[in-house]
Amino acid sequence: MLNKKKISSIREPLILGKKTMNDITCDICRQVEKKPSLPWLISIFVSLSVLSVGFYALFMTVWEGIGMWGLNKTVGWAWDITNFVWWIGIGHAGTLISAILMLFRQKWRMSINRAAEAMTIFAVIAAAMFPVFHMGRVWLGAYWVFPIPNLFGSLWVNFNSPLMWDVFAISTYFSVSLLFWYLGLIPDFATIRDRAKSKVSKFFYSALSFGWDGAARTWSRYESVALILAGVSTPLVLSVHTIVSFDFATSVIPGWHTTIFPPYFVAGAIFSGFAMVLTLLLITRKVFNLEGYITIQHIEMMNIIIIVTGSIVGIAYLTELFMAWYSGVQSEQYAFLNRSTGPYWWAYCSMMTCNVISPQLFWIKKIRVNIYATFLLSIVVNIGMWFERFVIIVTSLHRDFLPSSWAMFHPTIYDMGMYLFTFGLFFTLFFLFAKFFPVINMAELKSILKTDSD
Amino acid sequence: MTNFGKNFLLGIYNNENLLLKAVSTIRNKGVKIYEVFTPYPIHGIDDALGYRRSKLPVVAFSFGFLGFCCALLMQSYMLGFDWPMNIGGKDFIPLPAFVPITFELTVLVGSWGMVITFLVISDLKPWGKPVIFDTRSTDDKLVLVIDLSNNDLSENDISSILKNSGASEVNNKTFM
Repeated sequence: MLNKKKISSIREPLILGKKTMNDITCDICRQVEKKPSLPWLISIFVSLSVLSVGFYALFMTVWEGIGMWGLNKTVGWAWDITNFVWWIGIGHAGTLISAILMLFRQKWRMSINRAAEAMTIFAVIAAAMFPVFHMGRVWLGAYWVFPIPNLFGSLWVNFNSPLMWDVFAISTYFSVSLLFWYLGLIPDFATIRDRAKSKVSKFFYSALSFGWDGAARTWSRYESVALILAGVSTPLVLSVHTIVSFDFATSVIPGWHTTIFPPYFVAGAIFSGFAMVLTLLLITRKVFNLEGYITIQHIEMMNIIIIVTGSIVGIAYLTELFMAWYSGVQSEQYAFLNRSTGPYWWAYCSMMTCNVISPQLFWIKKIRVNIYATFLLSIVVNIGMWFERFVIIVTSLHRDFLPSSWAMFHPTIYDMGMYLFTFGLFFTLFFLFAKFFPVINMAELKSILKTDSD
Repeated sequence: MTNFGKNFLLGIYNNENLLLKAVSTIRNKGVKIYEVFTPYPIHGIDDALGYRRSKLPVVAFSFGFLGFCCALLMQSYMLGFDWPMNIGGKDFIPLPAFVPITFELTVLVGSWGMVITFLVISDLKPWGKPVIFDTRSTDDKLVLVIDLSNNDLSENDISSILKNSGASEVNNKTFM
């Protein structure tokens, strides 16, 4: 049996402060059991306000139609799809952490997987808002996206279309991630249930825990279910952003019609996902006093993943430029020249600075283990990834094949309002999660405490 | 409740290594263990208790295969037979274009089928009323439960076996 001393002579312990199993239970359950704190109340108030301001934009979009957005005949996709891809990308870290790192037996994932998976689920919900409301008449939308028997002459959805693949990919990703996350929550809900004092919380956590009793037989089945879910989620998480990139890559638009899109999008998604996980967890560990669980080592590990994926993204940008030149296709060459030196040069520059140059600072150990630098850079990365999608989408569209139809895109307040709405939604859900659900997977953490009773 | 009026003996352990050793000692002495309740999964305990390996991987594969077949049949029927459409001159049943949706539905049906099967066979449901022998078993104690009515040895004998195997406490529990 490995004991803690042997592990620590090679590596830092994963959680600090010589915690016992009971300490873990108390530290994590304390947030759930105590009355909401003032910082939490302020945070939820702010996020609900943002949500309601954004809701006005959403309401107007549905009431008046999507003409409220700044789209025009040339730029038919802009902030809507930019925000969609941005949120979906953010939603990639959770399942990556819980599935891929589980298969690789990376135990450091255990302190962060719960919050990261929650973030994934909320990010996918936020992402879904854009294509759903871009359909215009959302109340008819189900006929357009799902193969439902209908009276339009049995005219089915088009399974050749990447947009249709996207519907299936994202709904599968959402529902399987939810399943994975909830399965992990069940034993922890049982812990809260068995500690609950009030009748109301006993009732709710009993229902949420599905009558879990921690029997060895159930644990044994549970472990094989978790392993298989990790196994199927691994190709799933890679397939989702691959299919999102097909939305562009299978078209014939210069700047989109690129075979490197799938791996490039997946790397970008992991890059932005880890940045968002860092942004959220750095705040959560501070507010909930979880510094012993989410340690500098965890932050450093995530920063290393950010350097790796950020560098892959950087190589992809350069490959795109090289291929545009090397292909000899004039319109392809023009698309990239216009992208970097045309009217949207500032967006291209922001993308390059935020995504390629600034994450390289993480090569320096001092910056990698500095909380403030990490927090700042994680936000910079997310800004950069938003610009990446904006650049890919708008600069490829705004100067199309016919110069007389060239145009610029100007967002209206409703574009911005929709984006605000998704921020409000995401943070409201995240704050509710942080208050009422255990933010760290207690059962998994207890399994790495293993100490001999000497 | 099926446990009504039954008398159980609980051995409480603080540590998984002790528990694993205790399980084999107790079983070697011919005492039947009712179940072990732990706050986290313990590797090797299913072998120590003599549980058979779960067949859930087979269930997952079967559901996944079902999803795979349904996805292919659905797409081929809708686009190939029910309402054939010429889309960009492609085949009516363009198999490469069916790959993404077939993959997604394989994963979807496989995972949901497996998890629902797991919940059903483990009797986990929102309205479920679990039998909790000791509430600390979801916190920091490993609880080994012995059903006295199912064993020939006397309560005192079993109790001393439990104590000798390293249990920090031995408690009696009767459901009323």
